[in-house]
Amino acid sequence: MLLIEAWQFLVTHPGRFFHALATHIMLSGGALGLAIAIAVPLGLWVAHRRRAAFTAITIANIGRTLPSLAVLALVMPILGTGFAPSLFALTLLALPPILINTYTAVRQVDVDIVDAARGMGMTGAEIVRKVEVPIALPVMFAGIRTAAVQVVSGAVLASYIGGGGLGDFITAGIAMMAMPQLLVGAIPATLLSLGTDRLFGGLQKLLTPRGLRPE
Amino acid sequence: MIDITDLTKQFAGTERPAVNGLTLSIAEGDVCVLIGPSGCGKTTIMRIINRMIEPDSGSVVVGNRDIMRTDPVELRRRIGYVIQQIGLFPHWSIAENIATVPRLLGWTEQRVATRVDELLTLVGMDPGIYRERFPRALSGGQKQRVGVARALAADPPVMLMDEPFGAIDPITRTHLQDEFLKILRALKKTIVFVTHDIDEAIKLGDRIAILREGALVQYGAPETILTSPVDAFVEAFVGTDRALKRLALISAAAAAEPIAPAAFAAELLASIRPSRTILAEANLRDALAQMLTSGTDTLAVVATDGTRCGILTLASVRAQIQVGTRDSVVVDSRAIAP
Repeated sequence: MLLIEAWQFLVTHPGRFFHALATHIMLSGGALGLAIAIAVPLGLWVAHRRRAAFTAITIANIGRTLPSLAVLALVMPILGTGFAPSLFALTLLALPPILINTYTAVRQVDVDIVDAARGMGMTGAEIVRKVEVPIALPVMFAGIRTAAVQVVSGAVLASYIGGGGLGDFITAGIAMMAMPQLLVGAIPATLLSLGTDRLFGGLQKLLTPRGLRPE
Repeated sequence: MIDITDLTKQFAGTERPAVNGLTLSIAEGDVCVLIGPSGCGKTTIMRIINRMIEPDSGSVVVGNRDIMRTDPVELRRRIGYVIQQIGLFPHWSIAENIATVPRLLGWTEQRVATRVDELLTLVGMDPGIYRERFPRALSGGQKQRVGVARALAADPPVMLMDEPFGAIDPITRTHLQDEFLKILRALKKTIVFVTHDIDEAIKLGDRIAILREGALVQYGAPETILTSPVDAFVEAFVGTDRALKRLALISAAAAAEPIAPAAFAAELLASIRPSRTILAEANLRDALAQMLTSGTDTLAVVATDGTRCGILTLASVRAQIQVGTRDSVVVDSRAIAP
């Protein structure tokens, strides 16, 4: 019954729904993209700098323990409300897992392999590009996958600081005790999270170099 | 080919230098084995040659070029590098691993592919079978074959090898050493070979540099090291069985006497008892072992085609041991640094 009502709400408000869905995807996609652009190079860099690594990883670990809602709440007094502060908060949320996994993945690369690469005359950049990153890729990507799922689910909360997205239906649904409207937000948001996990799981397998794949 | 002059290196936080005023000259095409107890600086010296470690003072000239005035990356691409742990790239196929340096040097793919097959064949691996495989599918011995092939890929005049056979089981190791010896002789590379195994040093080296606490104790051909160790340290290092080791360097053919009065009898025996013949290229150590096991003091030396080269007697083997051997020196155990 409830599901039919939810479906009816959706077909009578297609504009609102697709706008919210698009905002949700843009928010999460944007935040994930920004987080990758920041955390991957930073992770690669700190993996080669022992002292910087300690600071960065400690901060990342603290960041990881913060609840999603708290991050959004902390951003609001400083940056206000709307899409941009939400994007910023979600990016913050996505940074720690990517940074930590990139760092760990690179540090796990066998020192003898790196020694051989250096001894054969690869430059520092060539070692990173041709040896460390390809070998580290599966673990790095596991971090990106975690971050992606976190961001897609966290984006539901963006609604609290006026960021829009599928969370709007949920907050409105709760406020008005309108269950069908709530489901119009909650079901697609859940499916989006599950889909993201699947998609990145598939990508992870695809990006694992053949020589490193389990036989 | 490689001239090391007054080389010194001390690592931060250590009490004494790892390399202490070392001067060493390695001729083109020679296999120079650096050997000594652990902590003698052998690996450090090797790694200074391709600037994996920067020296404190002194100079190293490789093929008329001062290494300190050569870009490290460019220098390393001209020097083959093989390590005990091999360090094959697990995400690359065998062919891609071997192609590493040629690709860095910008060879055409056509030329790279030809070279890869050539090298796989050289190290005794069928390119058709192994080209597309990944390192994890190989045994330890096969991995090191690929490691050596990879180091030889761009045909570097100089090769650095740090205990390349150290982590390989004894049977495969002997086999690889023999094959490697053949390849080295054919290619005439100048090789710096680090090991702690004196038998390996004697087997593979044209010259052996015995090191202790970062300084050179003795530098010479294996026979010289075995027959005239300069001090008690070297003598203890090469071992009390150095007479036997020396025998391993001499072929049966070289020590055989031309057909002598006893030849007729020996030849007669040989035709009946295969245990009383020995191949011309076998060494005297094996010959001695054969004499002891078969209870004879005369062996017929035969070439691979079956022709008789002469006879070998226990007396002639003994004579070889005595050539050039100094009077025994009392070994001072304190001279051997742990």
